Amino acid sequence: MTDKLTNAQIAWRAAQDIADEAYVNLGIGFPEMVAKFQPPGRQAIFHTENGILNFGEAPPAGEEDWDLINAGKKAVTLKPGAALFHHADSFAMVRGGHLDVAILGAYEVAENGDLANWSTGPKGIPAVGGAMDLVHGAKRVAVITDHVTKDGKPKLVKQCSLPLTGVGCVTRVYTSLAVIDIENQRFVLREKLPGMSLDDLQAVTGAELVVDGPIADLIVPEL
Amino acid sequence: MDKSVADPASAVEGVADGMTVMVGGFGGSGAPIELLHALIDRFRATGSPGNLTIINNNAGNGRIGIAAMIDVGMVAKMICSFPRSADPRAFTEKYLAGEIELELVPQGTLAERIRAGGAGIPAFYTPTSYGTDLAKGKPTGEFDGRMYVQERWLKADVAIIKAELADRQGNLTYRKAGRNFSPLMAAAAGLTIVQATQIVEPGEIDPEQVITPGLFVDRIVEVADAQQEEALMRAGVAYS
Repeated sequence: MTDKLTNAQIAWRAAQDIADEAYVNLGIGFPEMVAKFQPPGRQAIFHTENGILNFGEAPPAGEEDWDLINAGKKAVTLKPGAALFHHADSFAMVRGGHLDVAILGAYEVAENGDLANWSTGPKGIPAVGGAMDLVHGAKRVAVITDHVTKDGKPKLVKQCSLPLTGVGCVTRVYTSLAVIDIENQRFVLREKLPGMSLDDLQAVTGAELVVDGPIADLIVPEL
Repeated sequence: MDKSVADPASAVEGVADGMTVMVGGFGGSGAPIELLHALIDRFRATGSPGNLTIINNNAGNGRIGIAAMIDVGMVAKMICSFPRSADPRAFTEKYLAGEIELELVPQGTLAERIRAGGAGIPAFYTPTSYGTDLAKGKPTGEFDGRMYVQERWLKADVAIIKAELADRQGNLTYRKAGRNFSPLMAAAAGLTIVQATQIVEPGEIDPEQVITPGLFVDRIVEVADAQQEEALMRAGVAYS
């Protein structure tokens, strides 16, 4: 029995909900993994904030073109049908609601859809990038995250304690234990690991898990 | 009309103490390294230009370009969205020592503020940052039932950018994702200085392919084999 999903498995689960030909932005780091788990036959078109639509995988080492990078500053390639554009057009795509899905990481998500994912407090160097734009841009804003912090504290909470990235912006959360929708300012449980009881899941969740309809088993392949 | 100049040093003439300078590029992609290093050369020789405010998405990487300018002490303030990089020491050290000011701006808001500056639009409303610390003190407004934050335009004394082709009248094309902020910055600055991989005669760039019309450009200099930040980083090059 699986205790919890790995990051790759969380990314795999999120990828199953991305439709063929959807326009998608993946946050830098862990969310970038979603791209490689698209179901066969589906091909989303990926957007990166620095000005590319329809970029593909990294080139082989030594063949990088450093004018062709993604938002995480990693070298990418162009797929047939790719487009290049400047930053104002790129964020018009974001803010103008033209992307179908944005998938981001999280420090905390609140039951009202508030997201905290850019700052862990006043110490260190603050950096926000495009996160605050993305959460207000896509038609669907999803989060992928471990269900709890490294110290075992809930990341799904009643109210975020860390600085917000956006208010009321998240619509679905894929965690290492469950898939949860945010509807009417509540966490509505959609899927959970088959070996885990609702009580055990509730115990590691910082706000009420509402049951409103069937709860499916969260089943993910070994990756 | 011929906006070309002989070399990077002549191209950056007139960039003076206390100016606000927009610098094109996203990370190393589209970064005008030779023009920035020409400014560093002059600073080393004359002590000027210093006390600069730099506008860029990032705050430099390693010890080249913007990072080298920060490291040698030319920069008083950064306006950027993401002052982290593979090697952010130059900015981090000055910031933690209280020697450099930071105005952190969400990336899309940064782009739109620059666009507005170039377009003569003093302020606009965006949903970005509403309800967050980065909206503190800014006016808000409700439009069609949704809340927005008022953001002001961003203009600069100088824009320093990198293009692929430039004709002598200043019409520009860019290379791949190196375009990023540069077309916006070209319009938002009083003096726009361009390093281009190749300078060609007017008419040699198909008008339908021009990304930045020459009207926005003041000086161009040809830098045929421009250095690339990522390649310099990997080679362990430091300019400060």
